[in-house]
Amino acid sequence: MESIYSLMSVIPFEFMEYGFMKTALLAVILISPLFALLGTMAVNDKMAFFSDALGHSAFTGIAIGVILGLRNPVISMLAFAVILGLAITRVKESGTASTDTIISVFSSISIALGIVILSRNGGMSKYSAYLTGDILTITNGEIIAIAVVLVLFYIIWIKIYNKLLLVSINPSFSASRGINNRLMENIFVVMVAVSVMLSVKWIGILTINSLLILPAAAARNISLNSKQYHFYSLVIGLFSGIAGLIMSFYLDTSAGASMVLAAAVIYFITLSLKSKIR
Amino acid sequence: MINHNSCGLCRIDIENLSVKSGSDILIDDINISLHCGELTALIGKNGAGKTTLLKAILGERQYSGKITFVSHTDGKIKRPSIGYVPQYMTFDKSTPVSVADFMIACKSNRPVWFGNKKEDIKKLEERLSALDCAHVINKRMGDLSGGELQRVMLTAALDPLPDLLILDEPVSGVDAAGLDLFYKTVTSIRDKYHISILLVSHDLGLIRKYADTVVLLDKTVVASGEIEDVFSTEAFKNAFGYLE
Repeated sequence: MESIYSLMSVIPFEFMEYGFMKTALLAVILISPLFALLGTMAVNDKMAFFSDALGHSAFTGIAIGVILGLRNPVISMLAFAVILGLAITRVKESGTASTDTIISVFSSISIALGIVILSRNGGMSKYSAYLTGDILTITNGEIIAIAVVLVLFYIIWIKIYNKLLLVSINPSFSASRGINNRLMENIFVVMVAVSVMLSVKWIGILTINSLLILPAAAARNISLNSKQYHFYSLVIGLFSGIAGLIMSFYLDTSAGASMVLAAAVIYFITLSLKSKIR
Repeated sequence: MINHNSCGLCRIDIENLSVKSGSDILIDDINISLHCGELTALIGKNGAGKTTLLKAILGERQYSGKITFVSHTDGKIKRPSIGYVPQYMTFDKSTPVSVADFMIACKSNRPVWFGNKKEDIKKLEERLSALDCAHVINKRMGDLSGGELQRVMLTAALDPLPDLLILDEPVSGVDAAGLDLFYKTVTSIRDKYHISILLVSHDLGLIRKYADTVVLLDKTVVASGEIEDVFSTEAFKNAFGYLE
């Protein structure tokens, strides 16, 4: 880690003189490509609400951790999000109600249950920091964890992308080619759950979904094929992440929300370019 | 019975196939044989279980019973490989996936977001031009017309050549010229290759023109055989009223 930080010191900006900003920048450089990647499919699959529900479920995850007396709630958050994600896809599959409705129900339950447990005896204020997130609380250990997940998920993405693409275009067609639709969807859901839970503490429950959706949504406006889609999503994600972080440093605002605003500006720029490109 | 290629010995057998949803029986004890070189039309009212049967054949739904493929060359029995041309394309039309992305994703494990290789594109162009749609290769899937999409899906379904080709009412939003080209292709595939074709359609005129045999479904097989024989049964009249 030290060598990375000394390398980063060559960046000639005032904010880079602070150690916490170096850590935060590193985190953004690692999280943005991860979210950009998953976002391309989350938007494709009309799963935008899904990641929102996952973000909300962080509260219940923390609450379970508190009940179990865990020192670091990230384990219970991960476990709960993965179970919730798999449960949503299962119910979605049975086709009893529309996907959006199902996800709203799960989303409401998981945020309400978490708040009820955590607010017992007036202890909620301790956890309200999760709502907006605090990127300056990142530790070196957490950076390493994200880096490992980033590499692992890129490898998985390379392996499963073509299959996942066919499932998202037509599940019956992908089934006819021997693809296990349920397995593909579950892998994707677990990837989103893990990514969201690992970063929700810094980005914030209220804004994490936008960070997943906006870069991909912006990239969609100006892409004609998968290669462009991934490339633009990555560039837009990285740019808005870094721009948002710098903005938050000078304006003393929440980093997660600033990143989302930066991404939203890019979204509207690409929207105006849409008709020119196609 | 009409058979359009010299073989007609390869066979797909669907035996005692049933699908349940909870305690409801969606389709019950279905027995159908599909021979290579034959186009079989599957007809029935809405809710007769056509889609359920397709989903079972595609492996999307659990079923009881057997679906087997018997090859004429070695007599080996296996699960048939399936090519499928869907009825609806419900994907998000603004998805940035080009025809080339989609087609290459079907064949290759190299992720299409790496970009596509020139030689793959060239091969694909040749295959698409056989169905008169090489010009759509770089278009987004969502920007294709109904007819173009149908021909792209047919091209994809035929590579590799399946034991069974399923055409799921593939006519919605397709102009007459496109439809003609589509069925000409299907007919020539039937005549040339060792594959069986199952067509699900409501268009009885189309079935008269192209199908060799008909299976009438109403939870189970209520009539099957030559077109005119099935069309003159009581069960057919109950399902479709009297023909012109």
